[in-house]
Amino acid sequence: MAIFPPKERIWWNTPVEKTEVMWVTIALIWALVMFFMMPYWHLTGDQNLSNEAYKISADAYAEKTEKMAALYKVREEGDTGIPVVAPPAGSDVYMLGRLWEWWPVLELEAGKTYRLHLSSLDWQHGFSLLPENINIQVHPDYEMVVTVTPKNPGEYGIVCNEFCGAGHHTMVGKIYVK
Amino acid sequence: MSNDFRTCPDTGFKIHLPADKLIKWNAVTAIVFLLIGGIFGLLVALTRWPAVHILPPDLFYLALTAHGLDVLLVWVIFFEIALLYFTSAVLLNARLVGPKLGWLAYVLMLGGALMTNVAVLRGDSSVMFTSYVPMQAAPDFYLGIILFAVGALIGCGLFFATIIVAKKERTYEGSIPLVTFGALTAAIIAVFTILAGAAILVPTLFWSMGLIAHIDTLMYKVVWWAMGHSSQQINVAAHIAVWYAIAAILFGAKPLSEKVSRFAFLLYILFLQLASAHHLLVEPGLSSEYKIFNTSYALYLAVLASMIHGLTVPGAVEAAQRKKGFNKGLFEWLRKAPWGNPVFSGFAMSVVFFGFLGGISGVMMGTEQLNIIIHNTIYVPGHFHATVVTGTTLAFMALSYWLVPTLWQKELFLPGIAKWQPYLFGIGMALVSTFMMGAGTLGVPRRHWDISFADAAMGFDFPAAAYLMMGLNGISAIVAALGAMIFIINMVGTLLLGKDKVPAAAAPEEPVAPAAPPASAATSYGSAGTMEVPGTFVLALIFLVSFILYYFVNWKYLASVWGLS
Amino acid sequence: MADPGTGAPPPETGGDTGEPIPFMQQLLDNPLLLLFIGVVSPTVLYILWGLMEIVAIPMAQ
Ligand code: HEM
Ligand SMILES: [Cu+2]
Ligand SMILES: [Cu+2]
Repeated sequence: MAIFPPKERIWWNTPVEKTEVMWVTIALIWALVMFFMMPYWHLTGDQNLSNEAYKISADAYAEKTEKMAALYKVREEGDTGIPVVAPPAGSDVYMLGRLWEWWPVLELEAGKTYRLHLSSLDWQHGFSLLPENINIQVHPDYEMVVTVTPKNPGEYGIVCNEFCGAGHHTMVGKIYVK
Repeated sequence: MSNDFRTCPDTGFKIHLPADKLIKWNAVTAIVFLLIGGIFGLLVALTRWPAVHILPPDLFYLALTAHGLDVLLVWVIFFEIALLYFTSAVLLNARLVGPKLGWLAYVLMLGGALMTNVAVLRGDSSVMFTSYVPMQAAPDFYLGIILFAVGALIGCGLFFATIIVAKKERTYEGSIPLVTFGALTAAIIAVFTILAGAAILVPTLFWSMGLIAHIDTLMYKVVWWAMGHSSQQINVAAHIAVWYAIAAILFGAKPLSEKVSRFAFLLYILFLQLASAHHLLVEPGLSSEYKIFNTSYALYLAVLASMIHGLTVPGAVEAAQRKKGFNKGLFEWLRKAPWGNPVFSGFAMSVVFFGFLGGISGVMMGTEQLNIIIHNTIYVPGHFHATVVTGTTLAFMALSYWLVPTLWQKELFLPGIAKWQPYLFGIGMALVSTFMMGAGTLGVPRRHWDISFADAAMGFDFPAAAYLMMGLNGISAIVAALGAMIFIINMVGTLLLGKDKVPAAAAPEEPVAPAAPPASAATSYGSAGTMEVPGTFVLALIFLVSFILYYFVNWKYLASVWGLS
Repeated sequence: MADPGTGAPPPETGGDTGEPIPFMQQLLDNPLLLLFIGVVSPTVLYILWGLMEIVAIPMAQ
């Protein structure tokens, strides 16, 4: 019994019954399949996070973002005062998280590719692009670069899904895809 | 023997009295914190039910912080310390080394838990139990956790000392029992967990006191999760040890093979803790090589180990039942199991829900790319309520139904309702998990007060299905909370009001075979010394098929979202 | 349940009781060695490797 010491002095050499041998073999094969799915998807799949990242100060990141926003601003989002920015396809696009907003609102084109930069000016935030359900962690002092290709036109929400204090549940941003 | 020991009339174990007392106090304290944490959990679930929305935001975040700490840390670890003393001193018929240190550990843990609770309830430390920097809590928040961890480390030390001294004093011969080996696995992971915790929480404490200027957010997360995730792996190892113990206690089940089960625990010791990387899959700056190697426990070898236990635990029960003559067809052994005994029903649901709900979803979301579509959604709490609640908590409850009456020599306070309690709690909690996972696939965020974004400048409209699932989650949470309350009342009632057990006239019988054991029982395979376990094998194959289907469905879902590279 | 003392295997000392204990069984019977492995391997593979990668993240221009 499992609550008593094994009866045999040497239990390591006791033969293993075939059900167990079969199951261990099957489970091992499945484990290897799951393992190799990850490198396989890096080679053939379209959804992989690049691990491109830089150390950066909050000020430097804010400056880059503001520069882009000033250059490509097309309008303001409702009466929020937040600019809607439409950078050209293929360019470097910046979005920042801070207590408690995603800034600015972006306007992208479906089927085009952008280098999306993400960073935070204060605490950690969670970039959750909905309804796609793409989720990326955003850190202060680190700038992450993800190459994104929007699929379908529409209005996408960016909900913060990392707890970031009292106003966490009011932190929502937007991306328009044309 | 010295009169420091008593002989358990139910089991024949020689129980060291100081160990007995420590086990009791640690277990009872655990259960009290389950009560406190459970109340916070219910409040959280009711707030996340959009139609009910019971707490204001500040209290919601406070309650969520307290819930995470009181159940995940305090309930589970107090119970595990009790288990470590039980599986070392009691199962080895040995004296617990250093009972005074055991009390020091107890006081540190209790004091630390209270200190952190006070910090949270004061309202200035609603940082969630993860306390990600640069969000800052009051110093006593961190100090309480550190004291708690130091206490737990002392408890682990006593466990190691006790097995080593027991061997020297020859209270047992040969190898330690499999259950103790499982507890050893848990204790090893616990030592790593606590050391990692010290490595991160001590600097964080200094930072909150203004003695250190800056803590790197990424480094914090890497080291914090070495503690945060490994502590979940303590739970896994501990509750699997409990599964083996319950199979032995109820059925006299022998492990199918000592070698295979212990080897599976060895795989845990080697690889389980790497899975801390599950929490880093969408962080900036870590390479895919690092993510893939660690998140997969190096080639999924720890998943292999879990799948082995998933076969050998029910397999040991099947073998024991068949030996008793429940030999018809594939499943007579299972049909004729004692489903009205809470020790068994809790155990059975723990195995099934941990595997099907918690295991499959955990491996799915721990896959590097698949993590993108669930990270920080409420799918994550959905997953871990299946593992740490329907898996660990339910297994601990099941064991308590045996342990508490046995240690205290009392009759159960409410034996009738105890039959139903595991179903209420287990099924309620399985539904909580399922609905949270469902809402998570729709993108509902975790730790979020208001998914209607009423106070936000911009909003996002979740589909009606998301609201429906959060509502059903609330209803299921009420059922589960009711189940938890009944358990607690029953346990505390047993201690305070339970009738003394009438000592059995003769030593309890070794489970005897009602029918002649079938011929194949004489084969020399494995420790169970019996035939194959076809019923369990069929169940295992059903599990595998569900696993494969669910895994690939999620790849298909991933393939449909925006391109990322 | 019977007294746990009964049916105990012969003591493993006194060498003449049979074959030597296999290596793997000796490993599994050695709690402190297992503790060492279980603490060192994740410290190196998970913590140190992770911290090294973070230190190596370049500065933005
Ligand atoms: C009556 C029983 C319980 C109910 C109704 C319940 C319900 C919930 C709900 C609704 C959440 C919130 C999800 C969110 O908003 O992010 C949550 C979080 C959590 N629960 Fe439970 N739970 C219960 C018991 C437990 C137990 C027994 C454990 C552990 C052993 C546990 C561990 C956790 C943890 C760690 C969190 C995450 C806290 C955080 O995000 O910081 N729960 N629970
Ligand atoms: Cu935020
Ligand atoms: Cu937030």
